[in-house]
Amino acid sequence: MDHTPFIVGSYAIGAIVLLWTAVAPLIKKKAIVRDIARLIQIEERNDSNP
Amino acid sequence: MTEKTPNKTKLRKNPVVLFIHKLGSPAYFYHFTGKFIPWFWAIFLVLTAIGMYQAFFVVPSDYQQGESFRILYLHVPAAWMSLLAYIIMAVCAFIALIWRIRVVEILAMCSAPVGAAFTVVTLVAGSLWGRPTWGTYWVWDARLTSELVLLFLYLGVIGLYNAIDEPRKAARAACLLALVGAVNLPIIHYSVKWWNTLHQGSSISLMGGSSIDSSMLWPLLVMSIAVKFYYGANLLTRSRVKLLEQDLRKGWVRNIVREGK
Amino acid sequence: MTAGVATGSLRSAFVALVRRDLLLAFRRRTELLFPVIFLLVVVSLFPLGIGPSMELLARISPGVIWIAALLSTVISLDGLFRSDFEDGTLEQFVISGHPLTLIALAKILTHWLVAGLPIVLLSPLLAVWMNLPDGTMGVMVITLVLGTPILSLIGAIGVGLTISLKRGGQLLSLLVFPLYVPILIIATAAVMAAADSLPYTQFLGLLVAGLITSLTLAPFAAAAALKISLS
Repeated sequence: MDHTPFIVGSYAIGAIVLLWTAVAPLIKKKAIVRDIARLIQIEERNDSNP
Repeated sequence: MTEKTPNKTKLRKNPVVLFIHKLGSPAYFYHFTGKFIPWFWAIFLVLTAIGMYQAFFVVPSDYQQGESFRILYLHVPAAWMSLLAYIIMAVCAFIALIWRIRVVEILAMCSAPVGAAFTVVTLVAGSLWGRPTWGTYWVWDARLTSELVLLFLYLGVIGLYNAIDEPRKAARAACLLALVGAVNLPIIHYSVKWWNTLHQGSSISLMGGSSIDSSMLWPLLVMSIAVKFYYGANLLTRSRVKLLEQDLRKGWVRNIVREGK
Repeated sequence: MTAGVATGSLRSAFVALVRRDLLLAFRRRTELLFPVIFLLVVVSLFPLGIGPSMELLARISPGVIWIAALLSTVISLDGLFRSDFEDGTLEQFVISGHPLTLIALAKILTHWLVAGLPIVLLSPLLAVWMNLPDGTMGVMVITLVLGTPILSLIGAIGVGLTISLKRGGQLLSLLVFPLYVPILIIATAAVMAAADSLPYTQFLGLLVAGLITSLTLAPFAAAAALKISLS
């Protein structure tokens, strides 16, 4: 039996899973930072002209 | 009480204790770990490159298993990591429950998804290794079965943490569950192992019998160290994001966002 | 207050609590029957799904009966603290100064009497249905007597953790089933060993050890879980 597809498959799936696990928090961080920045903007606008 | 005060001030002056106290502060933790994460990723990438090169080009193919044993350079480090991640989670959970340190709570909870990812990788790589070796994708082999139960334990912790709305209460509940799981984990492991021998399950030794060439072991060692750096970087990244999320309205988070712009 | 009075009041509180919960359970008799009926239905599904071959049923019978016992326990677990949590009785208990561990233990005992004991009592019927191998009936009953209290004890931790959730029942099964794995393995192994006329006392010994360990640890963990849920 040719083992290549199994080797390539397992490393590919492993890479995808680990890559996703690593990237997911970064995407989340981006969204959170954007939210906080917007929050700051709104608060500053409210402070300048009440 | 008065007798204890000198002892306490002595402890405060101890630089190690002082450092640990400082790490418990979210802002300090965030800045301190931020310095390490790029290095962790770099070490992980370099070690993975070395390990993969050796695993694919230096190590000769196994005369029993053929080429398929090269999957083990992913499967075995991932399996070790999945177990270590659970142990780290349980230790953090223990500390978090006793001293109620929020940073440690977050560390415990962020260890769960990374550990779960490693159990998934272990299971997938294991069954893809099993197809050429055993002739089937899944065998109720002791190692695979206990890895599957480990995945369920992880999913329980993650599920409970996400189900409770209030973050600190969720973390404490999930930490307790992680501890209960940690007490049960050795029992599960040994009972599954023993269940497997009882039912005459097929168990093939992973690294081709008793005489293992050292050239086969080196990349395994390199890969398992590389994976630890991946875990460290991922855990710290997740914890920092969680801190940002929870401290949305605190000054230190505002400062980070302002400086980031 | 002397120590003797304290232990006396603890014991009377424990007995009163168990009596009250049993009374409440028997007032809602139909609800009490649901897990039992569930057990019977689950077991009867196996011959329907697999086929009525008596040899096949005999081989899988220990596993089937035990898995059905597991499922039925989890079904009934949700009621362990639920009503007392929702109407605030649990908080009253905590305020009253009685240790939460004692309350948890009383609740677990009641749960076993109401949900575990019926499984044990029904097991002869299930054994006949599933054509349990001759001479293993006794072992089956002993494993259930020793094993079902462990299910209640470990389950109580899971219930304590999920009690504050509206739909905790679904999560509960995910939390407790992995923890039940060793009991399932050891208990069915004992019955299978008896079926092959092999020695099985060591498995029963393991179950006793498991029962003692969980009896000493689980009430504390369940109390800690409840405390987190009540906070």
